[in-house]
Amino acid sequence: MSILETRENGLAPGTDPASSPRRRDRHAIAGLRSLGTRLLTAAGVVWAAATFTFLIQSLLPGDRATLLLNQLNGQIQERTAAELAPINEKYGFTDPLFVQYFRFLGDLATGNLGISYQLHKPVTEVIGDQIAPTIVLTFTSLLIAWVISTLVIVGTAKRNRFFSSVASGLEALAAGLPQYWLGVILLVVFALNLGLFPVVGGTGIGGLLLPALTLGIPLAGFLGQVIRTEFESGMDQPFALTARMRGMGDTGVRLRHVLRHSVLPGITLSGWALGSLFSGAVIAESIFTRPGLGKVLVTAVNSRDLPVVCGIVILVAVIYVLANLLVDIAYTLIDPRLKKS
Amino acid sequence: MTVLVEKPVSALAPSANRTLLAVRDLNVSFAVGTGRHQKINHVVKNVSLELSAGRCLAIVGESGSGKSVTARTLVGLPGRNAVVEAGQLEVANQDALTLSERLWRQVRGKDIGFILQDALVSLDPLRPVGKEIEEALRLHGWGNAASRRRKAIELLDSVGVPQPDLRARQRPDELSGGLRQRALIASAIALDPALVIADEPTTALDVTVQAQVLDLLAAMKARGTGIILISHDLSVVSRLADDVAVMRGGAIVEQGPVREVLGNPQHEYTRALLDAVPSAHTKGTPLTKEGRSGIIATSDRPRRVRAENSGPVLEARGLGKSYDGPDGIRREVVHDVSFNLAAGETLGIVGESGSGKSTTAKLALAMLAPDTGEVLLDGEPWSSLSTNQRRPRRRRVTVVYQDPLSSFDPRWNAERILVDALDPQDFTTAQTRRERVAELAGQVGLQVEHLEKHPLQLSGGQRQRLAIARALAPEPEVIVLDEAVSALDVSVQAQVLDLLTNLQAQLGLSYLFISHDLGVIHHMSDRVLVMKDGKAVEQGTADQIFNQPEHPYTQELLASLPRLEINENTTRTITA
Repeated sequence: MSILETRENGLAPGTDPASSPRRRDRHAIAGLRSLGTRLLTAAGVVWAAATFTFLIQSLLPGDRATLLLNQLNGQIQERTAAELAPINEKYGFTDPLFVQYFRFLGDLATGNLGISYQLHKPVTEVIGDQIAPTIVLTFTSLLIAWVISTLVIVGTAKRNRFFSSVASGLEALAAGLPQYWLGVILLVVFALNLGLFPVVGGTGIGGLLLPALTLGIPLAGFLGQVIRTEFESGMDQPFALTARMRGMGDTGVRLRHVLRHSVLPGITLSGWALGSLFSGAVIAESIFTRPGLGKVLVTAVNSRDLPVVCGIVILVAVIYVLANLLVDIAYTLIDPRLKKS
Repeated sequence: MTVLVEKPVSALAPSANRTLLAVRDLNVSFAVGTGRHQKINHVVKNVSLELSAGRCLAIVGESGSGKSVTARTLVGLPGRNAVVEAGQLEVANQDALTLSERLWRQVRGKDIGFILQDALVSLDPLRPVGKEIEEALRLHGWGNAASRRRKAIELLDSVGVPQPDLRARQRPDELSGGLRQRALIASAIALDPALVIADEPTTALDVTVQAQVLDLLAAMKARGTGIILISHDLSVVSRLADDVAVMRGGAIVEQGPVREVLGNPQHEYTRALLDAVPSAHTKGTPLTKEGRSGIIATSDRPRRVRAENSGPVLEARGLGKSYDGPDGIRREVVHDVSFNLAAGETLGIVGESGSGKSTTAKLALAMLAPDTGEVLLDGEPWSSLSTNQRRPRRRRVTVVYQDPLSSFDPRWNAERILVDALDPQDFTTAQTRRERVAELAGQVGLQVEHLEKHPLQLSGGQRQRLAIARALAPEPEVIVLDEAVSALDVSVQAQVLDLLTNLQAQLGLSYLFISHDLGVIHHMSDRVLVMKDGKAVEQGTADQIFNQPEHPYTQELLASLPRLEINENTTRTITA
């Protein structure tokens, strides 16, 4: 049978994209270039977020020195110029705006986000103290959402019309659940009535599950909806039939072939969700009285502690950027064809 | 051995020793809808088939004939909600009627190999092809991971894949069409099944690659594998099969040895099918009965008359076009292509995928600006005009694509699609527009009731007629037909080709006819341009090109064409 080899060779010379070293170099250069563009874009996004927060801080109505002084003393009153002078001196509020702006950017570049008006601690320290529980919560929520949606889809999509429609109905319902409502229901049912979980959540596993479900269930609904469509069309693809034809069972085809093809839109959604979970954490943390950035943010907003608010805004921007870089990497890992384009 | 209902046992070769397939009165139906609205669709009706080792049985038919459902039923995967009944259904020495899903899984891949068309999507696009072959071995408990890897490379080697160890690590999209189809075959025959079912195994392939894949299947047959070949393509069938069953509407209309059935067809449908294949012998003659009568609604309306000009309508001079590839390498897609198209003439452009035919079409339509060279329309600049200058002349060159569905607005009905294509200056009142649309519909053989339908509600043939009517609407001088009949079944294709021939004769149109199908090109073209890798390798009259090809590539293309010699007296050539 291998007599045909020569013919194929003669007809398609050099069809191998990886064989030429020059091409390989070009691939590497193109890859570096695209990585460079991505990093630049990322830096651009963070810079834009920083500039925006700076402008909000400096252009909001009200004198910042007065605000600061009032917070220090817990009073609300007009201050004299003499009272404000040391504050203005310390924070440089009287400098021209662009001088303040470049100082702000310079501080940002060296990791200095300013000092909290209320806590009198560096913002980086305020955030650093509280970030760990929030990160644990968001990633657990994301994981729970993926596990739930994948299990439901692999189990029901394109299997039995009844179960499939019930499951996709539940997905739509879950996607529409407001987190504050779901959180309260979970708290009342599982913590208060059944007593399965602590009412005041700590940072342990027991205190993690209910808040993570509060954020994870609606997200599972969204994920399920986007993955299901892809999964169903994947089941109709010829390669799924080919796999059946070589003796693979239905479950094998679902897990080993179709699932990988259907997760890409879910990955895209996860990049967005990671950022939105950070804001969702505010709700979950206050319902379950859980430590974390959410509480810090709520307190900071209530007391107009602008450096802390801005610090968190910049942090969320950084997280969005990182999440999207991760999404891009995950994309090429899942679908290597995307590396080319 | 079971006696076939339709044909005596003599239909089988005397050398047949082992029966691989015995099907008697197979019926497959599908339940559509639920409850009171449930309908039963009878897709396969009383089909009886038989196959022995080392033979090839072809099942031929057009789309919707039930041939693929028949093939899938033979591996226990007829589809959802299918009801399978048969007097006898023995596949690879198993009574398929009683097999459980668990047992079926042991049979599939091990005793029966199944090859689908287009390996680009029939192999998992995200995995290296080697993994797919290893999976076939693993599912049946063959060897360990290391020995499976070695075996996969051996298998790739045995189906004629050069550098198999490298290829095994590449994904289908990194392999050429021929190599990935071989890889797909390797995954299907990994465990050396006695029976191989090939469902349109060469349909998406270029002719030269198609010839290689057919050779490979023939080699498997020679080694004793039984092959069931499902195809719509009679030339492929004639090349590989020993016996053939012609299916229509779920039933077999004619069955027997290939030479008898294709050489001396008894059933009217088989004859129509054979006549419908365009090729050398059909040149200058209509392919269908309707085409023979040549009736086309004619109009009394004065036609726009082209200024008398002895020169060509469309002239391309040294066209070149390059693109940047995804890897940053600049590729010349069209290189120094020149041609003339005279009034009332058909110029065929033929070539394999990636040869630059479609880019040439876009350049001719001035939808793409050439990097070098220019296109002239009636001796005047065409490609070098600005968009505004070109717009009033746009109507003079129109186009019909392979897939009209995606070129129609799905929310518009046929009438609105045609009205939209009319020149608003010529048809100012609703009355004149309606008359013109009715006239166009008549010219392409659409009924009045079709005009109210939306593209999705029309059949493939009707859609292509609508696309032709739209191309005719602004009274063009040139129509570019880019693979315009490639997606159609052979009998529908024949009708559309006849329609195009008649329209040309009546309206004096010039066609730039682009196709990968040599038979269609030969049938339609006055002159032919052969393209390869963006270059025009040969140009001449159709008879010159097909009878005395000079360029080695043209010779190779023609040599790859499956031909059928039915008996000593009459040699009939069927081209793909």
